[in-house]
Amino acid sequence: MTETRAIADRLGETRELSLDPVFRYVRRGLLYLGLSIAAFVSIFPFYWMLVGSTNMSPDIAHGKVTPGGYLFENIATFFATVDVPRMFWNSAFIALVGVALTLIVSSLAGYGFEVFKSRFRDRIFGLMLLMLSIPFAALMVPLFIMMAGLGLINTFTAVIVPGIASIFIIFYFRQATKAFPAELRDAARIDGLNEWQIFVFVYLPVMRSTYAAAIIIVFMGNWNNYLWPLIVLQAEENKTVTLIVSSLSYAYVPDYGVIMISAVFATLPTLLIFFLLQRRFVEGLLGAVK
Amino acid sequence: MAARAIRREHINGWLFIAPALILLGIFMIYPILWSLWMSFQTGRGMSFSFGGFANIQRLMQDTVFLRALGNTMIFLVVQVPIMIVLALLFAVALNDTKLWGRAFFRTAIFLPCVTSLVAYAVLFKSMFASEGVINQALMAIGIGAIPWLTDPFWAKVLIILAITWRWTGYNMIFYLAALQNIDRAIYESARIDGVPAWARFVHLTLPMLKPVILFTTVISTIGTLQLFDEPYNLTMGGPSQATMTLSYYIYDLTFRFMPSFGYSATVSWVIVVLVGILSFAQFVIARDRRGS
Repeated sequence: MTETRAIADRLGETRELSLDPVFRYVRRGLLYLGLSIAAFVSIFPFYWMLVGSTNMSPDIAHGKVTPGGYLFENIATFFATVDVPRMFWNSAFIALVGVALTLIVSSLAGYGFEVFKSRFRDRIFGLMLLMLSIPFAALMVPLFIMMAGLGLINTFTAVIVPGIASIFIIFYFRQATKAFPAELRDAARIDGLNEWQIFVFVYLPVMRSTYAAAIIIVFMGNWNNYLWPLIVLQAEENKTVTLIVSSLSYAYVPDYGVIMISAVFATLPTLLIFFLLQRRFVEGLLGAVK
Repeated sequence: MAARAIRREHINGWLFIAPALILLGIFMIYPILWSLWMSFQTGRGMSFSFGGFANIQRLMQDTVFLRALGNTMIFLVVQVPIMIVLALLFAVALNDTKLWGRAFFRTAIFLPCVTSLVAYAVLFKSMFASEGVINQALMAIGIGAIPWLTDPFWAKVLIILAITWRWTGYNMIFYLAALQNIDRAIYESARIDGVPAWARFVHLTLPMLKPVILFTTVISTIGTLQLFDEPYNLTMGGPSQATMTLSYYIYDLTFRFMPSFGYSATVSWVIVVLVGILSFAQFVIARDRRGS
């Protein structure tokens, strides 16, 4: 190829060092060393969390890296200090209802923008992409005052509703809809289905892998959400898993064993999703840039 | 008949997007405009009065704000480049199909993305405690304990380490996907033409990855400007506000003390303006390089 020839010419006389076998082995060795360090650093905190949940607080504070025998004591203390089923229910409710509503509203919009083209709506879409860079920090104060005015502080409604129309998910669905065959829609029309029936009975089943990836993204976002619930949910009985983890570590004398257990609880659902649906997970992440 | 069909198509076009547009109007456009209006109001609690540029003048003399702004910029300028270079290196290394244990390394490096920000912040807090596991290890190899949580400099380093741990794998995934779309034949031909490995990376890989690098840089910039969960849970903004960020300061202004909504709206608009300027600058820089 001329392009690579040009690069070679620009560099002048060069010798391919990697042809030297000794150099190649050294380079290979350094590569594996680097990757192994990176893998170790990435995994260690997970190991630390699991081992920590079996140790008592002072041992954790002093860096004990071997498993201990305090797992059940830590779990017992955790269940005694925190209403665990309640906390789990709060997080699960917010995450799942949030997922359902976000997917309905945002997939309808993504489909609508792509299937019913108009110049005016495309301009709105362009404006929405610009809004993607509005930081949440700029919205939280007015949103808080709004929610307070509506008497919605301490309700799950206040946590869920502002996130339902997700520009990111709308964009994701619009991109995915480009691959939805127009012939299917035409055939359904000839069969006498109206646009809404086409969406529910044709589009939805065809696009289920897109929905699966979107469910993972939205679930993760809701499950891990912190700042907005921190502002809106102030009563103890409404707190989500992330809020509990945080408040445990804010204690005057933090019990690290219990904190580790709570971190396990916070991480387990997303970790499970990741390992069970790894491919979907990555597809979902990448979806929007394609 | 055709006119009616077009009309119906038009109505449906609006109906499908209406719920999203209404919600975005209420929960995004209205609040952002309201916060712009608020940023010119002074007063505490719910009693507002028009203050003109009083809040902006207050910004200039507010040492906590200036420190938060400085810290946020330090995190941005130091952390984002480190993370992107690391992510690129890992992606290029893991793109080699002959690499042994490729799937393992890829999964391992991506794994931190699965944790919630709060959970990993809390884990790091226990790992980097004064007599914690990291300091024990550092003492064992003769470096000695580092005051991670009590020294202003090291607290910043800790935040940077933590964010890098959490997000490097995330960025790597984008680069890996982009690398897989590159035609391998061009590397073959470069090898035959005698272009060494480093030059293949600089002259072939980097230019082809530029759009993805731009995308991830913009995403990381927006994320870093809003940094909150980590300083709040790992270092509590301290010691002596060394890890106070803009989002953290807005939170403090609004929810910790007697709220001054107008002033915190002004600080939040600083973030909006910074996001705008920096995203725009990154696009311009990327375009210039392409032209040359």
